[in-house]
Amino acid sequence: MKLPTLNDNPFMKPVEWMALALLCGLIFCVLPLALDGFRLNLVGKYLTYAFVALGLVICWGYCGILSLGQGVFFGLGGYCMAMYLKLEASSVENTKIQSTPGIPDFMDWNQITALPWFWAPFKSLPLTLIAVVLVPTLFAFVIGAAMFKRRVGGTYFAIITQAIAAILTILIVGQQGYTGGINGITDLRTLHGWDIRTDAAKTILYFVNGGLLVACVLVAQYVKRSKLGRILVAMRDKEDRVRFSGYGVASFKIFAFCLAAAFAAIGGAMFTLQVGFMSPSFVGIVPSIEMVIYAAVGGRLSLFGAIYGTLLVNWAKTTFSESFPELWLFGLGALFIAVVLAFPNGLAGVWRQHVEPRLTRRPKAASPAALPQGAPAE
Amino acid sequence: MFGEYSLGDLGAIFAMQGFAGLILFSVYVLMALGLAIIFGQMGVINMAHGEFMILGAYVTYLCSGFFQAHLPGIFPAYFFLAMALAFVAAGLLGMVVEWALIRHLYKRPLDTLLATWGLSLILQQAYRSIFGAREVGVELPSWMMGSVQATDTIEIPINGLFVMAITVLITLAVAGLLFASRYGKQVRAVMQNRVMAGAVGIDTGRVDRLTFGLGCGIAGVAGSAFTMIGSTGPTSGQLYIVDTFLIVVFGGAASLLGTIASAFSISQTQSTLEFFLSGSTAKVITLLAVVAILMLRPQGLFTLKVRR
Amino acid sequence: MAGNERGLAGDLGLESALRRRLLMGLAAVPAASLLPRLAQAAGPPTASVNTTGLAVTDTEVTVGILHSVTGTMAISETGAQQAEKLAIEEINAAGGVLGRKIKVIQEDGASDWPTFAEKAKKLLVNDKCAAVMGCWTSASRKAVLPVFEQYNGMLYYPTFYEGLEESKNVIYTGQEATQQILASLDWVAKEKDAKTFFFIGSDYIWPRTSNKIARKHVENVLKGKVVGEEYFPLGHTQFNSVINKIKLTKPNVIFTDVVGGSNVAFYKQLKAAGIDLSKQVLMTISVTEDEIDGIGGENIAGAYACMKYFQSLKNPNNEKFVAAFKKMWGEKTVIGDVTQAAYLGPYLWKLTAEKAGSFDVDKIAAASAGVEFKSAPEGYVKIHPNHHLWSKTRVGKALPNGQFEVVYESPDLIEPNPFPKGYQ
Repeated sequence: MKLPTLNDNPFMKPVEWMALALLCGLIFCVLPLALDGFRLNLVGKYLTYAFVALGLVICWGYCGILSLGQGVFFGLGGYCMAMYLKLEASSVENTKIQSTPGIPDFMDWNQITALPWFWAPFKSLPLTLIAVVLVPTLFAFVIGAAMFKRRVGGTYFAIITQAIAAILTILIVGQQGYTGGINGITDLRTLHGWDIRTDAAKTILYFVNGGLLVACVLVAQYVKRSKLGRILVAMRDKEDRVRFSGYGVASFKIFAFCLAAAFAAIGGAMFTLQVGFMSPSFVGIVPSIEMVIYAAVGGRLSLFGAIYGTLLVNWAKTTFSESFPELWLFGLGALFIAVVLAFPNGLAGVWRQHVEPRLTRRPKAASPAALPQGAPAE
Repeated sequence: MFGEYSLGDLGAIFAMQGFAGLILFSVYVLMALGLAIIFGQMGVINMAHGEFMILGAYVTYLCSGFFQAHLPGIFPAYFFLAMALAFVAAGLLGMVVEWALIRHLYKRPLDTLLATWGLSLILQQAYRSIFGAREVGVELPSWMMGSVQATDTIEIPINGLFVMAITVLITLAVAGLLFASRYGKQVRAVMQNRVMAGAVGIDTGRVDRLTFGLGCGIAGVAGSAFTMIGSTGPTSGQLYIVDTFLIVVFGGAASLLGTIASAFSISQTQSTLEFFLSGSTAKVITLLAVVAILMLRPQGLFTLKVRR
Repeated sequence: MAGNERGLAGDLGLESALRRRLLMGLAAVPAASLLPRLAQAAGPPTASVNTTGLAVTDTEVTVGILHSVTGTMAISETGAQQAEKLAIEEINAAGGVLGRKIKVIQEDGASDWPTFAEKAKKLLVNDKCAAVMGCWTSASRKAVLPVFEQYNGMLYYPTFYEGLEESKNVIYTGQEATQQILASLDWVAKEKDAKTFFFIGSDYIWPRTSNKIARKHVENVLKGKVVGEEYFPLGHTQFNSVINKIKLTKPNVIFTDVVGGSNVAFYKQLKAAGIDLSKQVLMTISVTEDEIDGIGGENIAGAYACMKYFQSLKNPNNEKFVAAFKKMWGEKTVIGDVTQAAYLGPYLWKLTAEKAGSFDVDKIAAASAGVEFKSAPEGYVKIHPNHHLWSKTRVGKALPNGQFEVVYESPDLIEPNPFPKGYQ
């Protein structure tokens, strides 16, 4: 791969600006106009997974750390948001039939008579918004610091994160008085007095979600194009050389992992808002691996690819499972295998290899001066 | 908490509890042995390992049905044949999978994870289409379901003894194969340096295929043995996968002895904790302890001294 | 009948909202009672039976079925879904509902709760289903409940469950926890002279709530003692440690609500450990004929299950139902408690629609209280104003052939009480 030097490296290449414009056009114009409210809400749900895929591109594609526990961060973000919404829905008037009014219904069923201490901060919206990002990121920091400092990587890291996902699921299901158990936290109604269940609210949330996603793409793009991004790639390809050059490899890895966790957490919080509940089934191993697949199908090296990959896989899942539920699992399995064997760089790889050359060859021949000087030749 | 029980009772319980731990240990070793070969020796993350086990269980199910219908006379002994068939079926499928899928991916271990996860989804759906979504009951010969009365209060389940015997046999066979045969030497040579092994005339492709087949075959036997204690359904395999991987990783992936030591420590911890705490809590604490120790000692309990 | 109900509601001190709903339900009865006869003739005009834009034409009415066809729950939900299809086919063969044939739209919940919510919304918003039969786990019901309340749909939910819920938009055709447990605990205490109990469950809301209710009943009413209470993660397959604890504590009764694949492991290990179920009393609330298919009849023979329905029930309704079910789905299929409860759904909806003379969800919800289904396989059932069913509790003893022998049947219908006072 030819790498341009840092100096002639603009924030985004023209092709990438185009891709961004296309993505914005798709999210903000085409989909809202083309789809009814129900389908748009579905797309909104898919896009929350795209946050996770985006994080995985940074942490897996660029830094080489495959985490099979992204569901943990998605879930933690989602649970933080759900706790706030649940407290708001469990006002004293709403819960006056309970033996202890003012606490969430599932606590009352489990003979808990006072709000547990760790629920208390979630009475406040600002604290909740901070917690949504901070709690998962801190958790990622603890895991990352323990593992990367001791140079755990590759397959070991993948398996340990997977075990963490399993542990957290068992814990959430087992502590049902504090977490809502296997049913999760359900029946969420309002966000700071604003009813999130109406169609209008769902449309607004869709746009907020889209906006946040684009913002995350820009952050990821910034990281990718910065010196930091270069070091991440260098680490992925030859970790020892980077270490011998005097870089603290662990800190960079921790950073990438935390960033991915923060993205996943934002996705989780938006998921809770749009879907209206959170349950341990998004924390476990299966959703975590599915999220890796979204990134793999889209292309683990491409930020935009990850988003399209997420949309494509989920769209296929919904469509196929509506008409041929049996075929769906065969199809999904085959997709995994095909992506790994035939298209290791996913959709983005196919695009770069087959579509882009055809698109760029002709304009290049017509007006070579149109490209800014020093732009990397593909 | 023991104040109200007599000393004799307590002695019996602790004996049986120790035995329960040993059964769990055997189960873990059986689960992990195939994976230790595939993951530890070959570096392939086989997420479909659980589905290979379930293949063995379904083979046993088919055998039990066949023997009941056609050869009721030798039904009491059918289980041995079922285990052999389970080994062959899972091993053959493993070799096909290696040929079609895994051999392209030896340089990309993380990608084997994704590909084999895809494979596991396909196998699950295949089982569901063939055998139905419900769990199937495997009828066992009646001699397997009883227990041996050791003393008045101590009863030892026969199927537990059976699983333990199978585990010992298979472990010895695998150890013999890997450490005392020509094939084993080739396996170890290929795993340590594939290119060099090829250069001295070892057919690395064949060794890989046989080794993968062996690992899957052992998974099949494990699945067959599990019909005695667990359930058989299209998705049962997924239940085992996390535990199995943790055991192998905790033991130090490249060491068979490590796998056995780790299975022993994890099973004893869990079994003891289960006795004093609730089952869920015991499971969480055990897994947490394993993860915490792995964070402190990422190479696992036992490591081979290899030059990197 | 109506007066009787009012009396009961008063006696039990039902909440005021409930009482209001009850009165509304009663008000709807006289107006609606004339209409069924009309319906049998030709079917009233669409404009009169459908004022809220449901998918009802002059010849058809659309009903949704929402169960998991794929994923881990497909194992359990298959039977429910088959029973619903059978009931709908029978209703159509007998002329349909209000002169209209039922058209089924089936969706797959894929064992995934947001998918359930998503598909429920599709069934209500896109397909405008007049009613939906579906869900199995509590988690899936909790996920779809806000959808049904927001878009005003009607859900017929078949599974026995933990209670603590009541909605205008749901008819619970299974038992809530007190209805399932209490009578059978009384029976076991009396028949088997049981004083000590050991509880084992899977670790989630239904077993925990059920055991909580059982514990209160054992301690406060039966004056017995709970000597152990254990929970295991879903899918757990190693029970030897807890079996040792059982041997140590020697309870009169082992009371279990272990679900799914864990059941198979539990009973096989129990048998292998030498616990003989013909001597040790074991009572389960989670094993139906469906589960025994996987466990193997010989491994569980002698255990007692408390349910409201067993396939072996001797009555003409049930014999007809079992024959029809096997004809449609194969000789080898078995019918468990939930399957039968699922079969009730379409019939209860049909009867309610005919009583209300309308498919409108509000009218159905209001008319539901007091609807009687006399030819239910389990025997006579009636919808309580709290939208659960009055039904009997039965105790069955598992036989080696995978069937149950009914050993006890509560003399009267038991009142559903999803928010039991004194048991929370």
